[in-house]
Amino acid sequence: MSNLKQVTDATFEQDVLNSDKPVLVDFWAEWCAPCRAVGPVLEKIAEENGDKIEIVKLNVDDNPETAAKYHITSIPAMKVYRGGEVVKSVIGAKPKPALESELAAFLA
Amino acid sequence: MRQMIIIGSGPAGYTAAIYAARAELEPLLIASSVEAGGELMNTTEVENFPGFPEGIMGPDLMDKFRLQAERFGTEVVYDDVTEVDLTGDVKRVTLGSGEVHEALSVVVATGSAYRKLGLPDEDRLSGYGVSWCATCDGAFFRKRVVAVVGGGDSAMEEATFLTRFADKVYIIHRRDSLRASKIMQQRAFDNPKIEFLWNSEVAAISGETAVESVTLRDTITGEERELELTGLFIAVGNDPRVHLFHGQIDLTLEGTLAVEGRSSRTNLPGVFAAGDVIDPTYRQAITAAASGTVAALDAEHYLASLPEALLAPAKGSVEEGSAPVAGSTVDADGELVNLP
Repeated sequence: MSNLKQVTDATFEQDVLNSDKPVLVDFWAEWCAPCRAVGPVLEKIAEENGDKIEIVKLNVDDNPETAAKYHITSIPAMKVYRGGEVVKSVIGAKPKPALESELAAFLA
Repeated sequence: MRQMIIIGSGPAGYTAAIYAARAELEPLLIASSVEAGGELMNTTEVENFPGFPEGIMGPDLMDKFRLQAERFGTEVVYDDVTEVDLTGDVKRVTLGSGEVHEALSVVVATGSAYRKLGLPDEDRLSGYGVSWCATCDGAFFRKRVVAVVGGGDSAMEEATFLTRFADKVYIIHRRDSLRASKIMQQRAFDNPKIEFLWNSEVAAISGETAVESVTLRDTITGEERELELTGLFIAVGNDPRVHLFHGQIDLTLEGTLAVEGRSSRTNLPGVFAAGDVIDPTYRQAITAAASGTVAALDAEHYLASLPEALLAPAKGSVEEGSAPVAGSTVDADGELVNLP
């Protein structure tokens, strides 16, 4: 199991939308192989950039409300929220260097 | 230095690893960071792999491949190859981490990547209704209308899988007959939620923030019409993943890596290729696995033919207490040192 924080429909507003720091939400599900593959990459990025960005996970099966609200139709979907707004979306599992370059603005 | 590096972790890569490991070549297998296990990781039930009469889930099958390779001493690294230098006696493989691995032989089993339709809005709407993975994204299309593009086994499997969620699944196919196996065709024909749109191709995908419709063009009359849907799953084939090897390994006219006859030998001595990356025709898990065997045996044969001086460092670095070659010894770094 991942050591990244799990957020839910109930905690999304407080943990993500009201956060002072940018938050990357990894929308995932148990049955999605690419989600399992990208999990450890996100953990590593979180570990190395904990001061700049928070990375959390949202299980789309258990939290359909939030997944529907943000029109998730493909997972893994990684969305960065800042000030309550989505400021960056990355779809699909990508290797660490590729993901880092997509997220460069939030890791600098 | 190693005796063998295998690039790729699908049926071809892991089968090469099983054979090479049992030949005590202690292969290093570079599995990729996020695509480990290859194409079968995104499939559901595999019903045609011998030995599994009840069928087996794609990811479970790949897990078994991996365990069998590791059982005999394969080392698996979850990283991506970013660069290769395969032209010399010693092959160099650079990983995303910056690490460089050296070996006397390399088996290339990089498989193939999903082919795109090549339409202007395809990339923009990818992840917003356009998908290459029904098992990943199907569940988001509950009670929706979706379409699968393609006429092969993957298209039939995706369409059949999508009927678990969607109300209606169109199969859009350019011709009036399918390439898919009879059993997969029949399963799709028998499914009341599936409707075939023959002699049709997707000319455009539309939607502001997500897919809303596609423009279909009749491949015979050229007539166009709109079809409303929210999901478009593309299963129109795959292209061999050869970009790492341009300028080093020769290609065929079909774009696959060229190998000599029924062997796995490429134009470079010590470099072998297996699986979908050399196969424009069959592309099955079992044919890829068989081709992995060929590559491991060819590589084993090649390594056996190398002069002892080249082999010693590779063996010396991994075999503790191995007897040094007469008149020489192996130092701590695995380098061959001539005795005075």
